[in-house]
Amino acid sequence: MTPLLEICGLHVEVEGREILRGLDLEIPLGETHAVMGPNGSGKSTLAHVIAGREGYEITKGIIRYGGEDVLELEPEERARKGVFLAFQYPVEIPGVNNTYFLKAAVNEIRKHRGQPELDAVDFLGLMRDRVKLLDFDEDLIKRPVNEGFSGGEKKRNEILQMTVLEPTLAVLDETDSGLDIDALRIVAEGVNRMRSPERSFLVITHYQRLLNHIVPDRVHVLQEGRIVESGGSDLALRLEAEGYGKAAAVTA
Amino acid sequence: MPEPQRTLGAAEVEQLVEREYAYGFVTDIETEVVPPGLSEDVIRLISEKKEEPQWLLDWRLKAYERWQRMTEPNWAKVSYPKIDYDAISYYAAPKSAVEDGPKSLDDIDPELRRTYEKLGIPLVEQQRLAGVAVDAVFDSVSVATTFKEKLAELGVIFCSFSEAVKEHPELVRKYLGTVVPLTDNFFASLNSAVFSDGSFVYVPKGVRCPMELSTYFRINASETGQFERTLIIADEGSYVSYLEGCTAPMRDENQLHAAVVELVALEDARIKYSTVQNWYPGDKNGVGGIYNFVTKRGKCAGARSHISWTQVETGSAITWKYPSCILLGDDSIGEFYSVALTANRQQADTGTKMIHIGRNTKSTIISKGISAGHGQNTYRGQVKVLPGASNARNFSQCDSLLIGPDSGAHTVPYIDVANPEAQLEHEASTSRIGEDQLFYCRQRGIDPEEAVSLIVNGFARDVLSELPMEFAVEAQKLLGVSLEGAVG
Ligand SMILES: Nc1ncnc2c1ncn2[C@@H]1O[C@H](COP(=O)(O)OP(=O)(O)OP(=O)(O)O)[C@@H](O)[C@H]1O
Ligand SMILES: [Mg+2]
Repeated sequence: MTPLLEICGLHVEVEGREILRGLDLEIPLGETHAVMGPNGSGKSTLAHVIAGREGYEITKGIIRYGGEDVLELEPEERARKGVFLAFQYPVEIPGVNNTYFLKAAVNEIRKHRGQPELDAVDFLGLMRDRVKLLDFDEDLIKRPVNEGFSGGEKKRNEILQMTVLEPTLAVLDETDSGLDIDALRIVAEGVNRMRSPERSFLVITHYQRLLNHIVPDRVHVLQEGRIVESGGSDLALRLEAEGYGKAAAVTA
Repeated sequence: MPEPQRTLGAAEVEQLVEREYAYGFVTDIETEVVPPGLSEDVIRLISEKKEEPQWLLDWRLKAYERWQRMTEPNWAKVSYPKIDYDAISYYAAPKSAVEDGPKSLDDIDPELRRTYEKLGIPLVEQQRLAGVAVDAVFDSVSVATTFKEKLAELGVIFCSFSEAVKEHPELVRKYLGTVVPLTDNFFASLNSAVFSDGSFVYVPKGVRCPMELSTYFRINASETGQFERTLIIADEGSYVSYLEGCTAPMRDENQLHAAVVELVALEDARIKYSTVQNWYPGDKNGVGGIYNFVTKRGKCAGARSHISWTQVETGSAITWKYPSCILLGDDSIGEFYSVALTANRQQADTGTKMIHIGRNTKSTIISKGISAGHGQNTYRGQVKVLPGASNARNFSQCDSLLIGPDSGAHTVPYIDVANPEAQLEHEASTSRIGEDQLFYCRQRGIDPEEAVSLIVNGFARDVLSELPMEFAVEAQKLLGVSLEGAVG
């Protein structure tokens, strides 16, 4: 079976500097993969390029999603095909009500899938349900998107959006950083509840701690723009003990 | 690590803010137009056509005499070629509307009726707009006013200005020019000399006007100016909410619109005045569009009176407009809520004046300027506290949102305080729609145009929420439409 996400020989430049240098990665449908790696190694770049952000020049390589080359697709087109990115730094949109925003997103996606739009009542029902599951503060869904949210609240809001949008591929970029211990558990439970044979996750993290909760099928080490090592969930444990220096040395 | 902020490039913005003006059509209708040029004779002619009393003609002539000795103001941050006042026609009216005197709603020229239907303003007292009475002004004349009889039952007078001059001369004479004197400024004096039609409202003592009153202004004829005059009087303890809307055809020439609006609130009265201004803004290269030079002022004449101005300014090539409040009565309140959007080559210099005269007077100013493309947006506001205005308070907040690298926002606050007890607070901010906000929305499946409109509406929320419900949705759409374009 073709993997849900297939990246081959990806080279990406930002402002003339090469950040990704021949990256290969495959995530089969239904699997959860973790990507770890030092600061500045290109993890967020990878996440953004998967989501189709402008400002990155792809000089070589391909990204296939569901068997389709998606490099030419706009971010919103990818989103509507089920790609979701939980941002490392969620963005504030002053004055735009969180619920209104999410409803607009849900209905855009539904519209493009030929599904009927949800009316206010149905949507609120869905929202309430997810809010409860994530133990999310009811107040926050009435406030403007991320405006004045604490770091942890922003991250939780990303996960709330994910559970409402029900993507096929969810890329979580350091969703664990900034979360307190309880929040981490709740978020991890939220993710685990969504794991299914029909959905894949790419979890970017610095900490083994998260992977105790969300146990990945595979762990990859991203260093200097390439995947330098891949392994099972035990690889994360070893990295935690030994650091990245060793991993690089292994493949060097 | 935090990503470096990327701002939107000119080409991207151009696509996002390309505007389509939905009201640019011309109504093909037989129109009576006075030949271009301004003279005493023209003023006499206008007055005669309106069968005005001598005192009003004298008033016009006095204004004209003063105007000739005035010079066009040049302190606003707007630039435009010199206006040739002799190339403008000062009166244009559809023949069908003026022949045989005022018409009942059923007798309106079908062509005019169709025009207003196309603009979304059906001139029938029907279900959908049951809560809104409409006065429809077409070029220089009012063509219809709905719900007049129903309002009259409560003593509320809502009619065209011309009709008020005939039917209620004592009220017009008592209040005309008491808030904006005929010598006030260049454009106000010009208006006083040549004003054509507009709306007149009087709400009697203690009456809460049960429906929204609104005037819809339409410019249709070419090479003409529109000079409307509106006068609203809220007697003691009364309340009225009034809204005006405006559109014009797309033309390569610039057309002048110089209106005067006067509001008078007596003791314990409240006037809520809302504007959704959507005159033709000109094309992408700045060709054509309305010059909107307007004087609006309200007088809180009585104690505890309250005037609020809410404006959503999305049209016009140039907007020059400062709806103001004279806070004369003790404990009176003045408010100004404004959203001004300039895209392409539009220029707006708008703001307010809050003049605190009475004791314990309070004013609030919330201004939201949005500039896209080569749009230039200036907030110009004055807060003046006179020596007798003990315990005066003002809060001002002026925010600017820039879209793209070529747009401009400017804030020019003037503060003039002659009473040491006054408490003034001023906040200002400037932000940009960042690529990060756009990407965030797009990553959630939202179209880029929709995303811009979402962000803009969020920015303007505090002002939009001041609009009457019926119009808030309309205004929200307008802010969306104004920024709409084909993203390739
Ligand atoms: N827009 C940009 N302009 C210039 N350099 C950039 C830009 N985006 C990313 N970079 C650079 O690319 C490199 C990789 O950045 P990226 O954000 O992908 O790292 P990361 O692995 O996610 O790091 P962290 O663990 O700190 O989040 C960094 O050196 C960063 O400075
Ligand atoms: Mg990162």
